[in-house]
Amino acid sequence: MSAELHPGRTKALSQGWLAAHKWLLARRLAQFGFLALFLTGPLFGLWITKGTLAASLTLNVLPLADPMMVAQAFLARHVVETSALVGAAIVLVAYGLVGGRTYCSWVCPVNVVTDLAAWLRARFGLKEGWSLDRRTRFVVLGGVLVASAATGTIAWEFVNPVTILHRGLVYGGLFTAGSALLVTLALFLFDLGVASRGWCTHLCPVGAFYGLLGSRSLVRVTARRRDACDNCMECFAVCPERHVIAPALRGKSAGAGPVITSRDCTNCGRCIDVCAKNVFEFGTRFRNGLDDVDHIVPPAKEGPGNVARAG
Amino acid sequence: MTDKGKHTGAVSRRGLLAQTVRAACGAGVLALLLAVPARKRAEAVALRPPGAIAADDFLSACVRCGLCVRDCPYDTLKLSDIGDGQPLGTPFYNARSVPCEMCEHIPCVTACPTGALDKSLTDIRDARMGTAVLVGQETCLNFLGLRCDVCYRVCPLIDQAITLERHHNERTGKHAMFIPTVHTDKCTGCGKCEKGCVLDEAAIRVLPHNLAVGVLGAHYRLGWKEKEKAGKSLIDGIIDLPDRMPEPPAAMPSPERLPGGGFKEFKP
Ligand code: SF4
Ligand code: SF4
Ligand code: SF4
Ligand code: SF4
Ligand code: SF4
Repeated sequence: MSAELHPGRTKALSQGWLAAHKWLLARRLAQFGFLALFLTGPLFGLWITKGTLAASLTLNVLPLADPMMVAQAFLARHVVETSALVGAAIVLVAYGLVGGRTYCSWVCPVNVVTDLAAWLRARFGLKEGWSLDRRTRFVVLGGVLVASAATGTIAWEFVNPVTILHRGLVYGGLFTAGSALLVTLALFLFDLGVASRGWCTHLCPVGAFYGLLGSRSLVRVTARRRDACDNCMECFAVCPERHVIAPALRGKSAGAGPVITSRDCTNCGRCIDVCAKNVFEFGTRFRNGLDDVDHIVPPAKEGPGNVARAG
Repeated sequence: MTDKGKHTGAVSRRGLLAQTVRAACGAGVLALLLAVPARKRAEAVALRPPGAIAADDFLSACVRCGLCVRDCPYDTLKLSDIGDGQPLGTPFYNARSVPCEMCEHIPCVTACPTGALDKSLTDIRDARMGTAVLVGQETCLNFLGLRCDVCYRVCPLIDQAITLERHHNERTGKHAMFIPTVHTDKCTGCGKCEKGCVLDEAAIRVLPHNLAVGVLGAHYRLGWKEKEKAGKSLIDGIIDLPDRMPEPPAAMPSPERLPGGGFKEFKP
């Protein structure tokens, strides 16, 4: 890797700042928008969505509920009422289609905190630090489910930073120096100084759960123009789950298609943003044949061009 | 990302900085996490919303969404933070701040999506959020012989959940006291009385039912109730024991009179 890798800088110089940040912007807008749905009520008396990410009611008709919580309640021997059951089913289907971890990148408020930590880390050149196994999150998830069954409680809710932060934002506790602020700061420092991408990529059982949920999801990032890749490594540097890229980007010789099929990919679109060769784009899991790539006529010159569309 | 090559000379300033930042962050994480339980403080009794299922089951059902909080028209309900007396994020109310107004249609219960608040509660008078107890028997104005009566007057179930019972005022010897008396079979625990109490600290206070009335050992049987249930006494016939009267006084030695007029036993 080069000494100063600034993912997206090359692209920003050649194609403009917006081109190198459009999915990031879209994501921040979505995260802010989902939060705004909960906040117009308490702030302006205009009620759109009530509740939190745990369970909510939109426009008094659409119930949504977190399937992970409903599962924990079930293990704790409580079958939730129809409203939460229906809500959980809707969420289950939606994320099953768009990708479970889309929740992480587009909805979860913790993502903003951990992304900021990762960005600062890159700015300060902080090295990895405490290295955790990224499968730890599945161990945590297993532990949470066992704890729910053993204690007869929705166990993760005693410590869940996702809902602690979201509740703090929606019900105002974040601004009174309550536990929401302390937990969020702790999480931020953990990601900043203790373990790189420590929380979302290695420990969070909510992400693990949603990842499993979206294992077969439709919406996927595809390295359609992988032939144009010049190994600048910027996508690897920006990706929160960097292990997911190589099988698709470099899978040609192994006979793998261009679609990033790992359940860990969060559909954040940052790889699409930063790639100066426009290798990545959003697509579906079905266009994953060896022919579903654009064949680039070598030598690839500056920018997009020299393209022969396949099929 | 830092180039390995840069580090080959003296320990780079950047490496040192990075180490310091890491140590500081690690310590910060610990400090913040410790601060969460350390801020716990004793608080007023945190009561559950109407219809809350048994305390042991509540945490298996409540997802801490706050929909009940949002639909409470009186802002009675809050979501708990550390130190509020209930697990983080679960709904509660503190009667002395804002009591439950016992809404006829119980919107909090209707709003709950999980069944943590039981929808079989349709008459708010059947709610049992707690039970009021007149704890301040040395400060309650009515116990002091005055006629405050506020707790009694504000009770939504006046003359059922709370009554004024007339007692003799032993202090003055000639007045009556009207003692606010809670009837635990009717009291919903709404807390209007606690809120209304005119004292600086309420003399009447809503406690969780078991703390308010105690719990009898499971093996206890009340003879008169068992008799009622069985329709007859559980013991066949009364065993007639012989009546024993005190022995006649002649049997006792008469106390010795002293010349001074007193009895020997009462020597000071
Ligand atoms: S592969 Fe791309 S979309 Fe998926 S997590 Fe990495 S950067 Fe985000
Ligand atoms: S009954 Fe009414 S006042 Fe009491 S907690 Fe429910 S919504 Fe609030
Ligand atoms: S609405 Fe039900 S699940 Fe939600 S916080 Fe209230 S009691 Fe808990
Ligand atoms: S808590 Fe007080 S006001 Fe409410 S029902 Fe009981 S005695 Fe009446
Ligand atoms: S309101 Fe307070 S002081 Fe007055 S009678 Fe009731 S308990 Fe006593």
